[in-house]
Amino acid sequence: MFELETASQTDNLRRVAIDPVSRVEGHGKVTLLLDDHNQVQQVRLHIVEFRGFEKFIQGRPYWEVPVMVQRLCGICPVSHHLAASKALDLVVGAVSITPTAEKMRRLMHYGQMLQSHALHFFHLSSPDLLFGFDSDVGQRNIVGVAAAHPEVAKQGILLRKFGQEVIRVTSGKRIHGTGAVPGGVNKALDPADRAMLLQDVEQMIVWSRDAVHLTKRLHTSNPALYDQFGLFRSNLFSLVRADGALDFYHGHLRLRDGDGKVLLDGVDYQNYHHLLTEEVKSWSYMKFPYVTAMGREQGWYKVGPLARVQNCDFIPSPLAEIERREFMDHGQGGLVHAPLAYHWARMIEMLHAAEVIKELLADDDLLGDDLMSCGDRRREGVGVIEAPRGTLIHHYQVDEDDLVTMANLIVSTTHNNQAMNEAVRQVARQYLNGREITEGLLNHIEVAIRAFDPCLSCATHALGQMPLTVELLDGSGRLLDRRVKG
Amino acid sequence: MIVSGRKLRVATTSLAGCFGCHMSFLDIDEHLLELVELVEFDRSPLTDIKHCGPCDIGIIEGGVCNAENVHVLREFRKHCKILIALGACAVTGGLPAQRNHLDVGQCLQEVYHTCIGVESLPGGQVPNDPELPLLLDKVHPIHEVVRVDYFIPGCPPSGEAIWKFLTDLIAGHTPRLSHPILRFD
Ligand code: SF4
Repeated sequence: MFELETASQTDNLRRVAIDPVSRVEGHGKVTLLLDDHNQVQQVRLHIVEFRGFEKFIQGRPYWEVPVMVQRLCGICPVSHHLAASKALDLVVGAVSITPTAEKMRRLMHYGQMLQSHALHFFHLSSPDLLFGFDSDVGQRNIVGVAAAHPEVAKQGILLRKFGQEVIRVTSGKRIHGTGAVPGGVNKALDPADRAMLLQDVEQMIVWSRDAVHLTKRLHTSNPALYDQFGLFRSNLFSLVRADGALDFYHGHLRLRDGDGKVLLDGVDYQNYHHLLTEEVKSWSYMKFPYVTAMGREQGWYKVGPLARVQNCDFIPSPLAEIERREFMDHGQGGLVHAPLAYHWARMIEMLHAAEVIKELLADDDLLGDDLMSCGDRRREGVGVIEAPRGTLIHHYQVDEDDLVTMANLIVSTTHNNQAMNEAVRQVARQYLNGREITEGLLNHIEVAIRAFDPCLSCATHALGQMPLTVELLDGSGRLLDRRVKG
Repeated sequence: MIVSGRKLRVATTSLAGCFGCHMSFLDIDEHLLELVELVEFDRSPLTDIKHCGPCDIGIIEGGVCNAENVHVLREFRKHCKILIALGACAVTGGLPAQRNHLDVGQCLQEVYHTCIGVESLPGGQVPNDPELPLLLDKVHPIHEVVRVDYFIPGCPPSGEAIWKFLTDLIAGHTPRLSHPILRFD
C-alpha cells in the first residue's frame, strides 16, 4: 500500500483535478482529494488514454512493425523504430548487424536523444525553471522564454533542429522515417549530408555544454528547492554497456538500490519477463512495473537520465564525463534522487549525444554499402534500447507466415509510473497540505511530473474499458457510435 | 485572414494522436520565432491554458477515441473560427483506427489480464475508474463529429507544409499545398 494513493474513505472529500497536465507529451491528469482542512488525502496521476498497439499489430507482417510502432510517439519515434528493429533482427537471424547498419542506427538514435532532450528542456520545462513555478500562466511557455531570454530560446530551437536533421538524413524523414529494417538499414549516409552536419556539430556541443551549465547553476544556486522538491528514494534501472559505460543503443540490464549498491548486473534483456511484473491498477491505463523478486512495495524504480547517469560507471565521451563527475560530487558520496536533478542529468546526456554524433560522423563505416545481415529464422525476439525517457522494451513472436502473433511493449514512461506518482504525492505533502489551492500551487505538481519528461502517448498503448454507456452523435444528431458496458 | 491591430489567437490540441503532428509543427524551427510575432497561443500542449477560449484558428491533431476527445473537440469547434484537421489521424482516424476491426473487450482482457508478466486486478477486471474517460468502440476522424474547415494530410505533414499553410492563411490567401510538400506519408 502506498501512502496517499488511496484515501481511507472518500465521503466529504473535495476533488481538485489538473486536466490536462500540460507541457508534457501525451494525455494525463492528476486528481487530488482534499478534506475540509485542505489536507491532501489522495493523489493520483492517471493516464487516461489507450491505443491498442499490442493487439492490432497481431496479424501484421513483421516487416511492417518498425514503421507502425513509431506512431506510438511523435517525440521519440526513433526509439520505437529501433527497439522493434532490434527485436526483429533476431527473428530474421541477424544476431549481429553490419558496422554500417549499427552506426547508422546509432547516429539516428543519438540524434533523437539530442532533439528530444532539447525539446523537453527548452520548449517544455525551461519556463518553470527560468520564471518560477508559480509565475504568470501567460508567460510560462516557450513564447515567454523567447521574449525574456531570446538567446536561450534560439539555442533550444536550433539544437532540436540539428537533432531532427540527423534523424532526417538517417531515416528519410524527421518524424516517422524508415531507416532501420529487420536485419539492418535501408541506406547509408550520403557524404553531402555528412558534410552538412559536420558544419554545425561543434556549435551543438558548445550549446549543449552551456545548457548543462545552466541547469547546474539553477540547481546549485537554490539547493533548498532543487534538492528537496518532490524528493523520494528509489532503485535505479537502465541498460549499461558491457564495460559499464553509458550506452543508449545496446547493453545489459543493471539495477541499483537507493543507496547506490548494484543489486543486479549483466542481465540479458531477452529474459526481461523473468525479471519484471506489471501490476494493473483500476485507476490508470498505465501499468505499474516492479522487479518481481523484490515485490510491489520494494521493487519499483526510476528510469531515464537521472537513473542512467548514476547507474553507469562512466560516460564514454570527454566533456560529458567531466560533467557526470561533477554531478556525482553533488550527491556527496550518495545518489542524487531529487526529481529536479533530472534536468541536469538530461542536459549531460544531451552533451554526450552531441559528442557521440561528432565522433560517428568522422567514421567512414557510415558510408559503407554492406547494409543487411540475416541468418537462421527464429520465432521470437526482444529488443531493448535506452529511449530519451528510459528503458524501452519491445517483444514479438512471429509465425512461419511472417505474421506477428504476440507483441508486448513496456515503454519508458511506464517504468516511471510509480516514481512519478511518488513525486507528485511528495509535492502535495510539501506544498499543498493545508493551503488554499491556487493555479501556481497546482503547477508545482506539474513541475514534478515534467521533471520525468513523461511520454504519456507512449504509455497509452494498452486498451482500457468502457465503464458505462456512451453515444457519439454527429452534428445533426445521427448516432455514430455507441458502446455499452459489458 | 487579416485582423487589424491584434495578433491572431491560435489553439492546438492532440486527441487520439501521437504528438508527431505537434512535433512537426515545431519543425518549422526558427520560423517559430517569426510566428509568435503574428499569433499568440491559447490552449495548447505548449502552454498551461487548460480550456480553449475564443480563437481565430484551432488546430486538431488526432482522431476521436473517447468521450473526452469528443468534449475537447466540440469545445474547439465552438470557440475557433477556423478549425483545421492536422495529419492523418485527424483526417482519417490514422493508425489508431487500426483497432476498429477489433473487439475492445477482448483487447482489454488481453492487455490487462492474459498478457506476459501481468499481475491483473482481482477477478480479471480491467481499469474502470470513473476518472478514466469512456472509450468509444471505434476511432473516428474528427469531421464525423464536427464541421472542419481545412484538412492537411500526412503522417505527419512536414514542418514546411505547416508553415506554408499557416502563412497563407494568416496573409488572407486560400492555403494551397502542392507537390512536393503535399504528402500522405
Ligand atoms: S498523423 Fe501521424 S504524426 Fe500525426 S498524430 Fe497521427 S500518427 Fe502521429
